[in-house]
Amino acid sequence: MNQWQNFSKGFFKENPVFVMLLGMCPTLGVTTSALNGLGMGLATTFVLVMANIVVSLIKGVIPPKVRIPTFIVIIASFVTIVEMTMEAYLPSLFEQLGLFIPLIVVNCLILGRSEAFASKNNVLSALLDGLGMGLGFAMALTILGATREILGNGSIFGYSFVAQDANTLLLFIMPPGAFIALGYIIAIMRKTAKTS
Amino acid sequence: MATKESHLKNMVLTLFLVTLVASSVLAYVHKITEEPIRESRLRKKTTALRNVLPEFTNSPIEEVKKVTLKNSEYPLQVYPAKRDGQNVGIAIRTYTNKGYSGEFWIMVGFDESGTITKTSVLQHQETPGLGSKMKQKPFKGQFRDIDPAETDLRVKKDGGDIDAITAATISSRAFCDATRRGYKAYKKYKETKD
Repeated sequence: MNQWQNFSKGFFKENPVFVMLLGMCPTLGVTTSALNGLGMGLATTFVLVMANIVVSLIKGVIPPKVRIPTFIVIIASFVTIVEMTMEAYLPSLFEQLGLFIPLIVVNCLILGRSEAFASKNNVLSALLDGLGMGLGFAMALTILGATREILGNGSIFGYSFVAQDANTLLLFIMPPGAFIALGYIIAIMRKTAKTS
Repeated sequence: MATKESHLKNMVLTLFLVTLVASSVLAYVHKITEEPIRESRLRKKTTALRNVLPEFTNSPIEEVKKVTLKNSEYPLQVYPAKRDGQNVGIAIRTYTNKGYSGEFWIMVGFDESGTITKTSVLQHQETPGLGSKMKQKPFKGQFRDIDPAETDLRVKKDGGDIDAITAATISSRAFCDATRRGYKAYKKYKETKD
């Protein structure tokens, strides 16, 4: 597999949300608006890239039996760094996402990429894989967030296009709406993937 | 150093080194971000106070007092505002545990005569698009310049004077609950002071 594929597979062929269904907790939890989805996606991308790089760098010196705890420590450290940095420099985004940032640790997408890819490949491949997967994840969360925001709140990225007291499909803002929207998006993705 | 074999020694050493490096990096980042985080938290508080209080020249955050109410899990913080040494009002950080998603915190401003000047939501997890509308004018505007002694701070469904947000009665009730709690704290604070 060449380097371009390492990067690009995260968007469609192996998209973490739409194809692999990894990291469902943040996917369903934070995507009440497009901005939340994007912010969460980018925070996850950062952690994913950094964790992939570090795991790839030290893969030769980690005894296999303790590799999972080691990966978790690395991931948790980067998540904490993101949390502290975000609270310090992006307080308004932190207010929205603060609760969910620590949950990045348990996002199985990150551990999954460390285990399945970074621990078996060189640093450049691991970096590109992390970046591709992360951006694919961010893209998926943004699409899902935008869909739910448009249908449920009549706005996109916070810009409202309906009257303030208009009746919107509130279901889509609520947790069940996340499942419904995700299901339909996956169905559409599958359909287009098959026909193209 | 360590090979890939999983001896006890190797494993212990690896985990020790990894955690050592991780904790030192975190300590370093913490040191850098400590100050900005404190500042941004303080700024958030000051902004909330400025939102609900008349203009003040003192530093209410430094003069904060605590009021403990019956049936209240937490003591409420009372911020006295003064302009040139004169009391101009107080802000109370109050909460409710009746929200749709548990607790949320609001700041309620009072002027010297006991009228609610303004309110501001500090943090909440109410449903976006429903309960979160309590931050918007049509609902929040009802809590501007009203005297809680005359206005019944309950939603109309419960016999009060407040129009609830459509499809978010629970959040509206909770907001009223928090405001009433704030008013109780205000009265108690005034009593103990006089």
